[in-house]
Amino acid sequence: MTNLQMNKSTMAYTLCAIALLALPFGYDNRTILFLITQVFIFGIFAMSYDLLLGFTGIVSFGHAMFFGIGAYSVSIILDRNEPTMFYLVIGAIVAMAIAGLVSFIAGILTLRLKSHFYAMLTLALAGLFLVAAEKWRSLTKGNDGFVLQIPELFRDRTNLYLTCLISLIVLFFLVRRFTQSPLGRILMAIRENEQRVESIGFDIMHYKVIASVVSGVVASFAGVLYILSLRFVDTSVFATEVTLDALLMTIIGGVGTLIGPIIGAGIIEFAHHWLSELSDVHWIFERWIILFGIIYILAVIFFPRGIVGSLMHMWGKKRYKKHNQTKNEQKKVAS
Amino acid sequence: MDTILETKDITIAFGGHVAVDEVSVQIPEKQFTSVIGPNGAGKTTFFNLLSGQLRPTKGDIYFKGESITKLSPTKRTRKGIGRSFQITNVFPNLTVLENVRLAVQSKKQVRFQMLKHFKSYKDQEEKALELLGEVLLKDKANSLASNLAHGEKRKLEIAMLLALETEILLLDEPTAGMSLEEVPAILEVIHNIKRQGDRTIVLIEHKMDMILDLSDQVLVLFNGQLLAQGTPEDIMDNETVQSAYLGGLYDDNSA
Ligand SMILES: Nc1ncnc2c1ncn2[C@@H]1O[C@H](COP(=O)(O)OP(=O)(O)OP(=O)(O)O)[C@@H](O)[C@H]1O
Ligand SMILES: [Mg+2]
Repeated sequence: MTNLQMNKSTMAYTLCAIALLALPFGYDNRTILFLITQVFIFGIFAMSYDLLLGFTGIVSFGHAMFFGIGAYSVSIILDRNEPTMFYLVIGAIVAMAIAGLVSFIAGILTLRLKSHFYAMLTLALAGLFLVAAEKWRSLTKGNDGFVLQIPELFRDRTNLYLTCLISLIVLFFLVRRFTQSPLGRILMAIRENEQRVESIGFDIMHYKVIASVVSGVVASFAGVLYILSLRFVDTSVFATEVTLDALLMTIIGGVGTLIGPIIGAGIIEFAHHWLSELSDVHWIFERWIILFGIIYILAVIFFPRGIVGSLMHMWGKKRYKKHNQTKNEQKKVAS
Repeated sequence: MDTILETKDITIAFGGHVAVDEVSVQIPEKQFTSVIGPNGAGKTTFFNLLSGQLRPTKGDIYFKGESITKLSPTKRTRKGIGRSFQITNVFPNLTVLENVRLAVQSKKQVRFQMLKHFKSYKDQEEKALELLGEVLLKDKANSLASNLAHGEKRKLEIAMLLALETEILLLDEPTAGMSLEEVPAILEVIHNIKRQGDRTIVLIEHKMDMILDLSDQVLVLFNGQLLAQGTPEDIMDNETVQSAYLGGLYDDNSA
């Protein structure tokens, strides 16, 4: 039965994917397509955050750092070399390698300690990267940032859309498999009860560091795609808002559901877009972060499972009831 | 008879309170040892020292002659010291089956597989279901652990411990708080392990009839100290134990 359900959800995802793949061929509102591309990119980013927060129970306050590492690595490499596919790939590899290394170091330094140390260290490191990006002007051109050339292929908006979507799909299925693997199950157990995981014979440190590294690497890839979509980089990629966005997307979509953060990314990106348009009406809409602060608080209080989490919960309850009903009926028949 | 586990003067203090005080004992291999003592005597703390949840402030612990004092709980479990917890300690938002399957996974040393689906390890699931059957919890396999009643959580604890197939089983009041109908099943499981005769069991219990029935050796803890050590008969006849403890025990048992 569970196998059937699994196939059902895989099928639903596949249908969504096909619809999204077809979309740019029948619909050509450039603004909206660009916005959806952003959703894909932040979907990847939020998904990587969920891997930490939702699956392993690790809180990071500096996830923007990996996004920024991805963005700057690829920008600098493309800027200093020919903007070809080759250098883009090199840039992406460098991005993921640096992100992997940084998350590995942050992990081994703090994941042995109480959980808030990781949160604090990532916050501090993200701050450090932000300052470095501001001050190391020869490399980053400081606060002004810089415009860059990207490979021919990605200058076409549809190609970029498809690349981001395919990246999201591939990463989603990979990360989903990762969370459903024996190792992923250990991560979930760590979220539930670290001490017990140790006691049944798994070394939790290894797993937390692996989660940190996988999450950091995936996040940096989102940063790479982000730069392709903007063709411009500045220090805002390291800003705390970026981390906050990931947190919001994850919480609103549903912590620990993987698909939830992607949906959350859609909601936040579109809401951001429409609210900024409303800023002509009233200035409050420009301060969308205030609005989201409020939504965030309301969500945590009234909707702690997020959208997908709540749906799954409701569906699970129904299934449970049905299950019990059939059981009772069987009993009646038997007696 | 070989000693499998030995402590030498292990001591632990919380602030000023010495919870385990220079306890030196030998646990003989493949025997049944019980630990008794009034509430707060330090029994659970003693287990925490053996399994590595706590480090002693003084003293050493030896497993098969080798010091394990500095080893983590993970390493001790892998060496063969498994335990159950008095205050049930499971994975609340995972299913009962998944709780046990994770312990089976650990036993099978599937530690870093991250590409295959966990369900493709059919043997793990089968083993977990078999263990749930043993503790009469199979019908709850797909419930969340957090939805179990107290007694059922205890059974789950035991199934998880059994899944590890460790040489030593440390059982911390496995039947405490269970309803009367539930106790026999757990007793049966314990009897079975004892009958197989290839494992060392250390049991913390308050129920005297159970202890007399099962034990080869009894340790009496009192205020963190080892008050007595001997066969169940010796302990029953021991006057210090009688006056210091046993009277009190029956009191709080009836309460
Ligand atoms: N982590 C801790 N910090 C401080 N004090 C502790 C800690 N663990 C145990 N103690 C204290 O050590 C003493 C022994 O506690 P322990 O739980 O080992 O008793 P016990 O013999 O298992 O009792 P019970 O029969 O009630 O389970 C108690 O006074 C308890 O309050
Ligand atoms: Mg105790």
